[in-house]
Amino acid sequence: MPHITVDAEICKGCGLCVRACPKKILRLSPTVLNQKGYNPAECVDQPQCTACRSCALTCPDVAITVYKD
Amino acid sequence: MSQAVFTKTKLLRDVPTHYCPGCTHGIIHRLVGEAIEELGMSEKAIGIDSVGCSGLMFQYFLFDQQCAAHGRAPAVATGVKRVNPDCLVFTYQGDGDLGAIGNAEANHAAIRGEKFTTILVNNAIYGMTGGQMAPTTLPGMKSTTTQRGRDVEMHGYPLRAAEMIASHEGTYYAERVSLHDTANILKAKKAITKAFRNQCEGKGFNFIEVLSTCPTNWGKNPVEALEWLKENMIPYYPLGVLKDKGAA
Amino acid sequence: MARVLMKGNEAIAEAAVAAGCRYFFGYPITPQNEIPEYLSKRLPEVGGYFVQAESEVSAINMVYGAGGSGGRVMTSSSSPGIALKQEGLSCLACAEVPSVIVNMMRGGPGIGSIQASQADYFQTVKGGGNGDYMIPAYAPGTLQEACDLMAKAFDVAFEYRTPVMIAGDGMLGQMMEPVEIKKVDIKEYDLSWATRGRNGAKEPHIVLTAHLDADDLEAFNEYLQAKYRKIMAKEVMFDEHNLDGDPEYVLVAYGTVSRICKNAIAKLKEQGVNVGLLRPITLWPFPNEAIARAAARPSVKAVVSVEMAAGQMMEDIKIAVNGLKPVELIYRLGSIPPSPDFIATKVLELKGRK
Repeated sequence: MPHITVDAEICKGCGLCVRACPKKILRLSPTVLNQKGYNPAECVDQPQCTACRSCALTCPDVAITVYKD
Repeated sequence: MSQAVFTKTKLLRDVPTHYCPGCTHGIIHRLVGEAIEELGMSEKAIGIDSVGCSGLMFQYFLFDQQCAAHGRAPAVATGVKRVNPDCLVFTYQGDGDLGAIGNAEANHAAIRGEKFTTILVNNAIYGMTGGQMAPTTLPGMKSTTTQRGRDVEMHGYPLRAAEMIASHEGTYYAERVSLHDTANILKAKKAITKAFRNQCEGKGFNFIEVLSTCPTNWGKNPVEALEWLKENMIPYYPLGVLKDKGAA
Repeated sequence: MARVLMKGNEAIAEAAVAAGCRYFFGYPITPQNEIPEYLSKRLPEVGGYFVQAESEVSAINMVYGAGGSGGRVMTSSSSPGIALKQEGLSCLACAEVPSVIVNMMRGGPGIGSIQASQADYFQTVKGGGNGDYMIPAYAPGTLQEACDLMAKAFDVAFEYRTPVMIAGDGMLGQMMEPVEIKKVDIKEYDLSWATRGRNGAKEPHIVLTAHLDADDLEAFNEYLQAKYRKIMAKEVMFDEHNLDGDPEYVLVAYGTVSRICKNAIAKLKEQGVNVGLLRPITLWPFPNEAIARAAARPSVKAVVSVEMAAGQMMEDIKIAVNGLKPVELIYRLGSIPPSPDFIATKVLELKGRK
């Protein structure tokens, strides 16, 4: 199943992936804080993911890995 | 086992960068790493770091690099390329580095038709030093040295670097790209790859200007910054190929 | 190679080629133009590269790039041009880039003149650029010595990974003398640090001038200072003339002026005044101990700096003599070389004063 993983310690919570996602299934975690104090991005509806890579292409910290299946 | 369709380029270390959240330097770093990897030049790449936010990029890339003095990267690359004609040599410079203090070096590298590639990151401001006016700061745009907005009567007009570089006979290829959405990021990747490939084929000076953001010094959040780039920078800095001697 | 009559700048350029120099980056300035002119023709003949840069600033940074890639690289200029290169010299010293820089000094300050001068002494040995760094500097007295020192300069540059300066002057560059360009046994140096592509190395090669962490920068500076102490211990060069005959005065002079001093010493001898000469060949490291030894000779009344500058080298002589004897100054400014008579007369005036 297409899905993404976010390296929560590399992520700076900038939100560019949230803007880029055509399915609008990404958000900045309202609860998780990483060691630097950022709210990392997370996917709230993995089954909707199409592995289009938009989030990964726009991530300035290359924190996202995209899987096709 | 899941099949990854997007993984980090092997030319970037697995370390967090010092760049501010949402700073597009990180995207350009990725594009540079991927392009070099895809061209099979990972072991033959030499990057010239400039002074500014990207002055620390030697900490992130896994290919050879030299750190140049402010503005001098194209001169350094000229020397590097003479000793290493078979290497992929590129400079990575900000708008202040290339457009102000290093204007002579950048132009004359193009004039000589140096066979290396220059990537200009234009975010219309001095990022590292805290948001002063750059040669590319837009008319009316606020910076710490143009606190009421850039007054062109006082400070003159912003520099269109890609047009300037494209005007030189020694320039083989010059294009301006932007990072404000996914489609444009893909175009930027294509342009950077082409600029590197041209060099590997021994074709003259190749130049890519990348419109970029500086959320911190623009006083905007990263998403607003991308919108601001699209609405304000692109009208003054039009996207597209300014010169391509290889076009049929 | 047999002795041939050559112009100074051309002889130095050919000696550089013999010393293995294959990359030259420069910008025209009088009185050193014959060096780039000669090398623009000569280097391509030996598989080398010549680039005429858009400025001295650019030229020295091309040197940085080529040297940082392990190339045997050189630039040349003259005083105001060397001033422009100081930013690059600081970076070369910091990044430990082997390179040779020739300065055919001319009169200053400002644009100054195009004739010979020694007013770049400070600029040569005190570091015109920022930071704690030193650059080995050779001051040849004859064209033959200049040619021989080119090979030495490249060796020292690679052995210690440092920029090295040849401190000549307009007269040395423009005069003609018979020289022998000797065959140089070019040593192989470790270039595993240089940027030539990673080529499977465990870590990428980084030619670095930034140390933003204060502890890191302190440690790096201590390392540089240790290297400089090694150079000071091993690389001092000087020449002595007529010091063993109980001289009343010891002249200290380098380069062109040292030759004039020898004539002055001969004239003074005719008048019964015994004067010796100590000629620094390295301006840095400075021959402190040799000067102190000369000053300590019982017959010596004073040590005299003779220079085409307003007492720049005298400051270092005072440090070397350290109060043991008076240190005097004989000088002419504005690109006018002191004549032997001028120097002899000034020495006699000193003698009369005592």
